[in-house]
Amino acid sequence: MAAETVKTTLSETATAARAALSGVEAIPGAEKPDPVMTAVGVRRSFGGIVAVDVDRVEIQRGSITALIGPNGAGKTTFFNLMTGFDTPDTGTWSFNGTSLEKVAAHKTAAMGMVRTFQLTKSLTKMSVIENMKLGATDQSGEKWWNGILPFRWRAEEHAIEARADELLTRFSLGHMRNEYAGTLSGGQRKLLEMSRALMTRPQLVMLDEPMAGVNPALKQSLNHHIRGLRDEGMTVLFVEHDMDMVHDLSDWVIVMAEGRIIAEGTPDQISSNTAVIDAYLGAHQGKSFLEDM
Amino acid sequence: MLAALKNNPKIRRRAIVALVVAALVVWAALSLHLHWSLVATATLTAVFGVDAMYFAIAAIGLNVQFGYSGLLNFGQAGFMACGAYAIGMTAHYWHISFWWGIPMAIAYATVFGLIMGIPTLRLRSDYLAIVTIALAELVRVIVRSVTFKKYFNASDGINGFGKTFIETTPFNQSGRYSLWPFDDSVNLFGRVLLLIIFAGMSVMLGRLIAERIRRDNKALRLVSPFVMFGIVMVGAKQTEYGGLGFKSLIVGWLVVFVLGFLVYMLMRSPWGRVLKGIREDEEAVRSLGKNIYSYKLQALILGGAIATFAGMMFSLSRGSVQPDNYSRDTTFFVLTALVLGGLAKVTGSIVGPMVYWGLSQFLSVFLFELTKAGGGRVELLGIPIISNSSQIGAYVQIALGLMLVLLMVFRPQGLFGNRREMALDGR
Repeated sequence: MAAETVKTTLSETATAARAALSGVEAIPGAEKPDPVMTAVGVRRSFGGIVAVDVDRVEIQRGSITALIGPNGAGKTTFFNLMTGFDTPDTGTWSFNGTSLEKVAAHKTAAMGMVRTFQLTKSLTKMSVIENMKLGATDQSGEKWWNGILPFRWRAEEHAIEARADELLTRFSLGHMRNEYAGTLSGGQRKLLEMSRALMTRPQLVMLDEPMAGVNPALKQSLNHHIRGLRDEGMTVLFVEHDMDMVHDLSDWVIVMAEGRIIAEGTPDQISSNTAVIDAYLGAHQGKSFLEDM
Repeated sequence: MLAALKNNPKIRRRAIVALVVAALVVWAALSLHLHWSLVATATLTAVFGVDAMYFAIAAIGLNVQFGYSGLLNFGQAGFMACGAYAIGMTAHYWHISFWWGIPMAIAYATVFGLIMGIPTLRLRSDYLAIVTIALAELVRVIVRSVTFKKYFNASDGINGFGKTFIETTPFNQSGRYSLWPFDDSVNLFGRVLLLIIFAGMSVMLGRLIAERIRRDNKALRLVSPFVMFGIVMVGAKQTEYGGLGFKSLIVGWLVVFVLGFLVYMLMRSPWGRVLKGIREDEEAVRSLGKNIYSYKLQALILGGAIATFAGMMFSLSRGSVQPDNYSRDTTFFVLTALVLGGLAKVTGSIVGPMVYWGLSQFLSVFLFELTKAGGGRVELLGIPIISNSSQIGAYVQIALGLMLVLLMVFRPQGLFGNRREMALDGR
């Protein structure tokens, strides 16, 4: 019932994203018509354990792509590698055609690639609005020699504050504006982290388990917000364990297991993929828990 | 206020306790027959004294590093030594005007900060703590070593620098001066200056205290700066300083206010916001496109450059640079004074050292007077506590330590810190 209503209200951008991906073959490492991010031969091992070993993966621009896989599949490590928080042993990866090799983590954000964290990182002793304002990139007042001269950054600060307030209202955090971020609930912190990430004006938003520990009502609204990002022309890559959500939200699904990409495809194709079922339940299992999808 | 006393049992209870304690203290004080005016003068002189002044400068710097950015710098004495030796070397090695000491001190602090920060700031903060403590000691060992006597004059220290500062003092070297603005020895300029400083201080402190007592009582906010001004003026009248120390004091407290204002402005700017973000969570700030490594280095160097002024003012006030003034103890006393005042607050970093030195001086003079009144020994309930006035120093340290422990238990945010911020820590 819920799935039907979603299908009937597909937005223009969603239809466009699904149309663009309809011609893509559902195999691991499939080439996309317009990739915003491409990773080739990326490998990272910790001691003897290979955490990530991806031959090829492309993320379609303007789509919502889900990255799923059992615990320990290397999803978060993959996120870290792509955003410069960790460095792969081998491999190349690029964003918008620019190679990100040897690009520091803070520069990827300035290029339009922003991430959130699995364990929410809200800056607890700062107010919600300060958290938001910190997100804006390239502020002239962030140079110390400008810091002492308020007239050099005040106008910019007002503009940033206005944008932050707008985002806070959209994410229904407006009433918490002046509270310490530490007083927010877990779900509100997820919302804050996501809206703070949007302050960087990203092209690609990478969300690491945005729904973890969030109650069902808030999940629906997060769901709505993530769709909203696509409608504004952003690309979303998210890690998620809730299969209903993945099916509901994503245009494309990438499945990782033991560091490798084992399957790719539309949500429908993935839910009937035996390799995925094996990865989640172990091989030789008779019945799929994904059936009810 | 009166209505609150009538209606709020909690406030009433507190008021009663305060009254009882005050009565007990007055009774004890009167029954002891000590030279209380001597104790008061010594205490108030220390509150505004040279030690409090140069500690305040160092604490303002340490606050930038530790309070705002979360960098555990245990090497503040090293930065202070940079300032002291920059100014000392102008006379001992370079033979140039002592004014060159200021740019040189900032250059030394920058180099020292880079040496300290580049290898450690990518690591966790505890590594920084270890390296800073070692590097500050290294500075002290180098400047007092015989090998580099040519540059730093080893353990003899340096004298005879800053002649223009020391010899052109308008105050008589052997005279006694107080901070009372209407003293005969103070000229019109000095009077205006002192009044401005005291007024500024009273407004700052008065407002803060009013906010602590009742958040939105307008009348209290209006009255408390005036009450504070009265207290400060009465206190100032009690102080007594020598000629050179007095000049260093006036210049030094001006430096405190200028640097305090600078830090206050910086911490309200987007730059300060990034530092506070780094203190809360580095990774989050990094994901938002800030180069945290560069910001941490900037904070370390700025805090260090501020601390060099502490070294400079301290050296100028005594007319000598001594390597052993910049040992680990100095770092930890500054840190103690800062925590006492309250982290991440400019007011805390200025008032903390004043309270710290005031308390320490009060305890030692009080115990000294007590020992003198008791004929060289003090007994409590028949148990001998002090049998020799040379033991007083140790007792002062014990009492200060105890007070700090109590402060950390009952008021972990320090005198001016924010309780609500502290409460968020554990989450």
